[in-house]
Amino acid sequence: MPELSEILNVLLLRDYNTRLVVICALLLGCACGLMGGFLLLSKRSLMGDTLSHATLPGVGIAFMVSVAFGMTGKSLPILLLGASVSGIIGCLAVLFIRNHSRIKDDAAMGIVLSVFFGAGVAVLSVIQSMPEGSAAGLESFIYGKTASMVAGDFHIIIAVTVSVILLSILFFKEFRLLCFDENFAAAQGWPVRWLDILLLGLVTLVTVAGLQAVGLILIIAFLITPAAAARFWSERLDNMLILSAVIGALSGWLGASISAFFPRMPAGALIVLVAAAFFLFSMLLGRSRGVLVRFIRQERLKRKVGRQHLLRALYEIIEADLNGAEEVSIRPVAFRQVRGRRTWSDANLKRYIRQAYEDGLIREQEGEAITLTDAGFQQAAKVTRNHRLWEIYLIEYADVATSRVDRDADTVEHILGERMVVTLEAKLMQLREAGHPGVPASPHPIRPGD
Amino acid sequence: MTWFAIDTWIVVVGVFAAVSCALLGNFLVLRKMSMMGDAISHAVLPGLAMAFLITGARASLTMFIGAAIAGVLTALFSQWISKFGNVDRGASMGIVFTTLFALGLILIVQAADHVDLDPGCVLYGAIELTPLDVVWRPNLFGQALEVPRAALVLGGVTLINLLFIVLFFKELRISSFDPELATTMGINSNLMHYLLMTLVAITTVAAFEAVGSIIVIAMLIAPATAAHLLTDRLVSMIIVSVILAILSAVLGHLSALLMPGWFDFGNTASSKIDSISTSGMMAVMSGLIFTLVFFFAPRHGIVAKHLLGAKEAAD
Repeated sequence: MPELSEILNVLLLRDYNTRLVVICALLLGCACGLMGGFLLLSKRSLMGDTLSHATLPGVGIAFMVSVAFGMTGKSLPILLLGASVSGIIGCLAVLFIRNHSRIKDDAAMGIVLSVFFGAGVAVLSVIQSMPEGSAAGLESFIYGKTASMVAGDFHIIIAVTVSVILLSILFFKEFRLLCFDENFAAAQGWPVRWLDILLLGLVTLVTVAGLQAVGLILIIAFLITPAAAARFWSERLDNMLILSAVIGALSGWLGASISAFFPRMPAGALIVLVAAAFFLFSMLLGRSRGVLVRFIRQERLKRKVGRQHLLRALYEIIEADLNGAEEVSIRPVAFRQVRGRRTWSDANLKRYIRQAYEDGLIREQEGEAITLTDAGFQQAAKVTRNHRLWEIYLIEYADVATSRVDRDADTVEHILGERMVVTLEAKLMQLREAGHPGVPASPHPIRPGD
Repeated sequence: MTWFAIDTWIVVVGVFAAVSCALLGNFLVLRKMSMMGDAISHAVLPGLAMAFLITGARASLTMFIGAAIAGVLTALFSQWISKFGNVDRGASMGIVFTTLFALGLILIVQAADHVDLDPGCVLYGAIELTPLDVVWRPNLFGQALEVPRAALVLGGVTLINLLFIVLFFKELRISSFDPELATTMGINSNLMHYLLMTLVAITTVAAFEAVGSIIVIAMLIAPATAAHLLTDRLVSMIIVSVILAILSAVLGHLSALLMPGWFDFGNTASSKIDSISTSGMMAVMSGLIFTLVFFFAPRHGIVAKHLLGAKEAAD
């Protein structure tokens, strides 16, 4: 185990080399998080994947060109330039294929990825047999060399990430439009094509800057995972982007710090795993779309629907038994009768009854009979009334066949809110001029005793 | 250019790899899951590493099984994440394969001293070396054939994929175009999905060992997409994609043999045979074929659409 002072050294960035690695990972995570947010919302998360593979031929050709002009061939700026140019050509190819044919984003990205990478492999194999030198080290350009970064790499990363962050803040409004509704943005007169190219250009910049420092897989993960994690926490784009940048920065910082303790662990892999842990945590517990929250919401809705079904069944049974002879009022109803009203399982029905008892809607059961309380009866009348209002609405406005109306009302009545019912009611009243004070008669026959 | 028996085998292996991938690729493209091949070929790393850590040997079969399991898990996990988490499918694929790849890297570091699993070698492949690994020497018409292992394995995979598509054609077609209709017709489209993914994983793993995953990714997507631009019927799309795949494999190797002549730097060392990667050139050829189709396809090509647009404007 590392000692406490060692931990402090790393966390407080006292060591020069650690400080550089950690700061780079942090900034890179932040910039990639931002860019990834835009990519995720335009459903192009794998663009980073395509881009980073598409840089390979550019690296090889830049090497060959610089050798042909009598240079060493491994000067970083030239290789970076080559990588960026072929990355941008790859992006443009994806956009062109997508915009001008019936081929979807995913296939366009896949073709560009594989063909460019294949071309890169071919170019590297040519370089391998050139007398001027081996291609050794060129591959590491895209697989990363976190451990052997030099100060020059750091300066490039810092310059690129900071400018990408600033530019994406500057163009926030435009990018937002682009992500949410490209067609609307185009109709509003925005230069959608150019904005798209600008966005992808920024993504290319981060990717190329990060690639040779931390490797292909980390960049791909950085562009996808933080954004996907942030999506679980917020429905608002600005909040989501900020969170995504924070998650990216945190994973970079944590992963790089951990790798400082275990020198044999590759920093890139650790950062990917930290980001994945953030994603898993967010997916389970995220406040606005997490699995748990959605499960609870669904259970609540199910419970509400079950209670409403039970109450309406009780009301309609009493009503059918009386057959219009007198006003509907509280009476005990046999369990067997309730069960026959709907296709619900015994277990479910018993659960609804128990819940209704706990909520004070029905009295304690004596034997097989179920009796509503006063509060329960009021709610039952209201629920039945709403259901029938919906049925009437569906028949009169939505042209739904009378035989289907019960089922269709069943699907909408639990989801649409109170206010809708009030408006609907007013409209119905207007239409019929004389309204029913209580529960309207059902517009479709309820068979007595079923 | 000189053609040796070895070149014939390279082309045969390449054609098998290309056809087996192109067959499945049609359904991946139709299901908008083209990037699955890419994801799986990266994600097999932990499977390889685990198989090595458990058995302690580089036996081909255990590695194959480990990789295939990792491949199927990739498909499974990304399906779960996009279903339960409501995440875009591309993003969930990306999260799963990068995480698995990172896990694989860390596992490899644990066993670093005795493993030569290089992520690079997985991607590049060595199709040029496959004919050297001869496992079967049948005598055909008095002529001794030396069948390499890769040709047998990939031939087998091609046969399995072909059988799968022929046997489940109806189910595959309906569940690719309309999963809900498939369900009402009593076809389990989830099962079809997982069967397809398993075959993609097996094909990817079988092919990348021999020929490098770059061919796999290219052949899963490019021939099928080009075929999609050439025809509107599924059966003809599959047939066209197979023809294009064979073309890319043959042309790829031919160009790999021919091109070193063009790159003569005035130094004899640079013009030796096979100094251009065959796998790379096969991918490039599939890309060239796609580009040609993209521009000149009779109905969906750019030129045809342009002409049609001009004609309509003139009318």
